Amino acid sequence: MAVYLDHNATTPLHADVLQAMLPVMQSMVGNPSSLHRFGRMQKDAIERAREQVAQLVDAHPDQVVFTSGGTEANNLLVKGAAASADIHRMALSMVEHMSMLEPAADLGDECAVDYIAVDEDGKVTAQLLEQAIRPDTRLVSVMSANNETGVIQDIRSLAEIAARNKIWFHTDASQAAGKIEVSFKDWDVHAMTISSHKLYGPLGAGALIVDKRLPLHALMHGGAQEHRLRAGTENVPAIAGFGAAAELAKKELSDRTAHTLNLRKALERGLAQMPSVTVFAQNAERLPNTVQFGVSGFDGETLLMQLDRMGIAVSSGSACTSGKTEPSHVLKAMGVADELALSSVRVSFGKDNSIADVEKLLRALGEIIDTTSKSAVMMAANV
Amino acid sequence: MSDKHPIYLDYMATTPVDERVAEKMCSYLTREGVFGNPASRSHAYGWEAEAAVEEARKNIATLVGANPKEIVFTSGATESDNLAIKGVAHFYKKNGNHIVTCKTEHKAVLDTCRQLEREGYEVTYLDPEPDGLVDLNKLEDALRDDTILVSIMHVNNEIGVIQDIAAIGELCRSRKILYHVDAAQSPGKVAINLEELKVDLMSFSAHKVYGPKGVGALYVQRKPRVRLEAQMHGGGHERGMRSGTLATHQIVGMGEAFRIAREEMEAESDRIHTLRDRLWDGLKDMEEVYVNGDLDQRIPGNINISFNFVEGESLLMALKDLAISSGSACTSASLEPSYVLRALGRNDELAHSSIRFSIGRFTSEQDVDYTIDHVRTAVEKLRELSPLWDMYKDGIDLESIEWAAH
Repeated sequence: MAVYLDHNATTPLHADVLQAMLPVMQSMVGNPSSLHRFGRMQKDAIERAREQVAQLVDAHPDQVVFTSGGTEANNLLVKGAAASADIHRMALSMVEHMSMLEPAADLGDECAVDYIAVDEDGKVTAQLLEQAIRPDTRLVSVMSANNETGVIQDIRSLAEIAARNKIWFHTDASQAAGKIEVSFKDWDVHAMTISSHKLYGPLGAGALIVDKRLPLHALMHGGAQEHRLRAGTENVPAIAGFGAAAELAKKELSDRTAHTLNLRKALERGLAQMPSVTVFAQNAERLPNTVQFGVSGFDGETLLMQLDRMGIAVSSGSACTSGKTEPSHVLKAMGVADELALSSVRVSFGKDNSIADVEKLLRALGEIIDTTSKSAVMMAANV
Repeated sequence: MSDKHPIYLDYMATTPVDERVAEKMCSYLTREGVFGNPASRSHAYGWEAEAAVEEARKNIATLVGANPKEIVFTSGATESDNLAIKGVAHFYKKNGNHIVTCKTEHKAVLDTCRQLEREGYEVTYLDPEPDGLVDLNKLEDALRDDTILVSIMHVNNEIGVIQDIAAIGELCRSRKILYHVDAAQSPGKVAINLEELKVDLMSFSAHKVYGPKGVGALYVQRKPRVRLEAQMHGGGHERGMRSGTLATHQIVGMGEAFRIAREEMEAESDRIHTLRDRLWDGLKDMEEVYVNGDLDQRIPGNINISFNFVEGESLLMALKDLAISSGSACTSASLEPSYVLRALGRNDELAHSSIRFSIGRFTSEQDVDYTIDHVRTAVEKLRELSPLWDMYKDGIDLESIEWAAH
């Protein structure tokens, strides 16, 4: 199988996490809402996971609302806030994930939406945020780290500006959690989205961390689960797996950061030797595992296909928009020319990648680009 | 078994994951398996995950006589019900404002309808007959020119009765009204052929059919085409009807569960039917016991019994060795009598004294015999302590007593 360098799309399940899920799935049958012993065991598994997830993002367990994933959490935030009587205008950054932008675009007259621009490094600056705020803006959402470019926003400062204007603040931390330090409390935000399958947990679980004061309406009806914010029988094995993955992510955070950053730097050293390659948001602080770059004169889809044939699995950007031929909205917002944006390749490393994987990628890229300075590339990467 | 675990007779709340299902799911999780994001188009990790999702879609469609393209994956039956009812109501708002459902529906349907009432829709909640079934004439009387949707379930989760969805479908189709069926409890228990049924939308759950929690599906008919307004956005997965990364291992689990259901339904139903009859045969000669809901028009694995003069919660406490419930798991935290039994016209006392036994794939004859013994003893003991039982035995008509206010 190919070398997997697409961890921002999804991560393989951590072997220890599977061990935490199996008993919940098999021997402990029960519906967590049932009053009998089986039901209580399931309930206990959920509450344990709630604590583990809360610890990862430095929140209180009571603030954790489990959902079916990051997309549902973002939908709950956007639509749930817009449905409340207090929020009639919100502002989102232009580089948010589709699961923020699309529900926002779907809002009717009940809530107006403004968009916060980013600078050429993909950053929401204090000034850009202030420019987007209107007198009746009640909610601002800026993602903690971008899924394509990996650009990390200064959430704490942005949230402070919002607070000064008495505005609620949400951050989508789906890509940040498990890769960098994330703190609901220190950042002083009112809502935060996280996803299990981006941090070696299973697909099918996510959470919206919510400050109880934030006015929010449920998206789904039919049961009192999750503080009445999310009806439906809880996906207990996935939630238990999410919890276990969160605990491991917290424990292994500094190792994972150091390891992937090392790989990223090696890759970037190699890319720097390729004249046709432009690393996007090069000057911004970025996730340790993420590099997105364009190769001028190349079509991205063709590049990806060639890489796949050579045993390397990467993507152009978001998996959720993959297969589309329009340039990425994130790169567009940064002012990257369409042609270059359409040649983009996103590499996202994981904890199990090695320096040999970087080497393989650089060699393949070198062959594809057919640069004469191939040997220089390898030397510079020092691999 | 009973010294380690209670005997599990709560298969309508949820089922254990079948081992074959669990095994298959495990191969879609870790690095050694197919773990990719099915939406990833640029590598084999994504393609293999997508192929697994499509195989599961086919298995689900085959069990219920649908086209795979008519199956939309969701996070469970609650989401399917929400998507079907809100999706139709919002999309067809211009055609009308009126929805018809029944008082014995699952909360996922009823609470969704309540939400639509808050948004300005009108909802008629039909009373079922005392046997739990919907009278077609009453349904027809409730239909109006501005009715856009009828939502009446297939198998009731508390009393197990099976509605005549074929006839309801014919009626709705003849009036050009869309028909949604919550079939969370049906697959593997009752045959479903959507090719013949005049049903436009049908909700399914995996964890009621020995599949995993956290996944379900909505059947959305293509011919004639039914349109829906999506309730979740961001990526346009599932042909725009339900965004969000597909949870491959869960979908694979659901597919495998439905495949097994197709193969084993016949034999399993016979076996479970025999066990259910054995349970009822062991209890029916007791005094003052009543079956709730029609006994024949019912799935094999369910029996819901009221033990008059016994308080349901006390009975559950006395039956700690049995994992059973007094009604739906989703409402079990409340001490209110079951709204389903109330809708059947049962008085508070009988509704309060009811127990739902649901039998499934791993129930044995010994489990049933133990249950019979245990229930008989517990009911007798509780009745000995009950002044009401004494009065009843003394021939006092309890209905005629005027209770002092306090």
